[in-house]
Amino acid sequence: MQKFIRIDMTTLKSTITEVPAKYAGLGGRALTSCFVNDEVNPTCHPLGKNNKIIFAPGLLSGTSAPNSGRMSVGAKSPLTGTIKESNTGGSASQMLAKMGIKAFVIEGKPADDQFYVIKLDINGVTIEAAPAEILGGCGNYEAIRILGEKYGAHVGIALAGPAGEYRMPAANISFKDPDGNMRSAGRGGLGAVLGSKNVKAIVIDETGAGKVPIADPEAFMAASKVFAKALLDHPVAGKGLALYGTDVLINILNEAGGLPAKNFTAGRIDFNDNFSGETMNATITERGGDGKVSHGCHKGCIIRCSQWYPDKQGKYITSGFEYETIWGLGANSEIKDFDTIAYIDRAMDDVGIDSIETAVAVAVAMEGGLIPWGDGDRVLEIVKEMATPTPLARIIAGGAGVVGKVCGLYRTPVVKDQAIPAYDPRAIKGIGLTYATTPMGADHTAGYCISGNILKIGADIDPLKKDGQIEYARAMQIGTAAVDSTGMCLFVYFGVADNPAGYQALIDMINAQYGINLSSDDVDELGKTVLRFERDFNKRAGFTNAHDRLPEFMEYEAIEPHNVVWDFSPEEIDEVMKF
Amino acid sequence: MQITVKLFATLRENREKIMTLEVSEGTTPRHISEQLGIPVDDVAIIMINGRGASVDAPLQAEDVLALFPPVGGG
Repeated sequence: MQKFIRIDMTTLKSTITEVPAKYAGLGGRALTSCFVNDEVNPTCHPLGKNNKIIFAPGLLSGTSAPNSGRMSVGAKSPLTGTIKESNTGGSASQMLAKMGIKAFVIEGKPADDQFYVIKLDINGVTIEAAPAEILGGCGNYEAIRILGEKYGAHVGIALAGPAGEYRMPAANISFKDPDGNMRSAGRGGLGAVLGSKNVKAIVIDETGAGKVPIADPEAFMAASKVFAKALLDHPVAGKGLALYGTDVLINILNEAGGLPAKNFTAGRIDFNDNFSGETMNATITERGGDGKVSHGCHKGCIIRCSQWYPDKQGKYITSGFEYETIWGLGANSEIKDFDTIAYIDRAMDDVGIDSIETAVAVAVAMEGGLIPWGDGDRVLEIVKEMATPTPLARIIAGGAGVVGKVCGLYRTPVVKDQAIPAYDPRAIKGIGLTYATTPMGADHTAGYCISGNILKIGADIDPLKKDGQIEYARAMQIGTAAVDSTGMCLFVYFGVADNPAGYQALIDMINAQYGINLSSDDVDELGKTVLRFERDFNKRAGFTNAHDRLPEFMEYEAIEPHNVVWDFSPEEIDEVMKF
Repeated sequence: MQITVKLFATLRENREKIMTLEVSEGTTPRHISEQLGIPVDDVAIIMINGRGASVDAPLQAEDVLALFPPVGGG
């Protein structure tokens, strides 16, 4: 029997039931978004007692399927006010799935200030007072170490860092990875929701858990082999991402003139090789020590886009050092020293703040005169101050939209108050349609049109033209909503986009696991259903098509080198979500 | 005529990352790729002056040609 767990922080009691019939066939984002739409009052305050936060492994999580260890976290977002699904690696998803936990929900809110640790094991749920030493500013690296000493080094951990404890709108939820470092459910401030419920951490002990049941093991293994081969044979999924990480994008976006620079005032920089993927690879290789060029964020990952970035002495600084973070602090904030960017990345992980939102907020703060352009040392200080927040640290942790308002700026790159990441929509029009229309607020992962616009994977569309973009942005968002429901890493897309047999193998694995017979049309329909749940929630929360727009300055401030503005009409944008 | 060629990712291995070349009229990315000993099939993305281009597009004086192997991220 699969379990559905509810933890009520008002009464500090939990209930474990069978999975409600309507959620039985869902996983990951499909489950979190369906649940939030069903049970969370869309007009509730995200930090009040009526918000609920749900954690759900994907449909294939816990199996031997490669790259199936991603997890979805859903709630109403304190950053955007919309529904939110934030997706993460780490060990928790596989563990929960093996324990037969379809999802767990945290609801209510304690009346006092006590913070708690929730422990999930095969005997059920225990709610305990959080150890005092991990509260009030303790960094996540240290908190994970202390929780490991208390509960065992083998446990999975999800936690709110200091930024979450202080309910800051850009707070993430950090997940322990197989090496005791962190992955993040980064976007949308879900760490603040956890903090608002006085939950410091969730500890997951899979001891005694069995295997995930597979209806047809032979068919599953056969499909899994085809799928793994599709990933490994693809030059990006099987090789490129492991060599250079996602940071390989710095140079290609720069060359394409779509790398937002100095708070979105240009599309190209001349210091790109200070922190490009090629430089990252060379730096890690040369420094040796703890450095690793490639590393998986969860057990069973064969793409291995993560890495361990070491200091000059070879000592670990940070992992999961992503293109968007490096872009945001580098190109967009003009911090030119790679090691400084790495230390800020580590500090953001340690305090538990979204590295995209924070990096964009920093650039806006630089434009607003709160921080000198390019002053990485000052940024590092401010991020560290988020642990026991100073007013300035709180302002930056409020996200790019808050900083823009505080500084009286019109050039604030947000959609639905979520920061626009590392791809300028004026020069790459497809991604602009995703930013504008996804129910999540600006989010490149909601429909990664960079693939067909720039990388020429899965499609070949001119990024500077409108032709084909509406249909493409629609298809990518539908497909992504489905993949986010499987527990699969989004990067499997690269392996299957031009390989129909690989894509079929993904569906075959789901069919073999559950003894069902989904077609690719059914998977498509699942993606549409997820988007419908999410848009329904947002509509009832007060969002209309008028919110599906890019910031106005992009319509009249052209960027070099292509001298382009954002020129999709409102009517054209609204076509994306018509299906 | 002169053009600038930029190489990225694995194409930089044992090659300069940026170079100025003297080429004749009608030279294409295919010619440049062959001249640099890069199998054309290894080139997945071609940009001329920051715009996507075909392997047989004729280059003009002062063009900046960028060649990439298959790359991706997100």
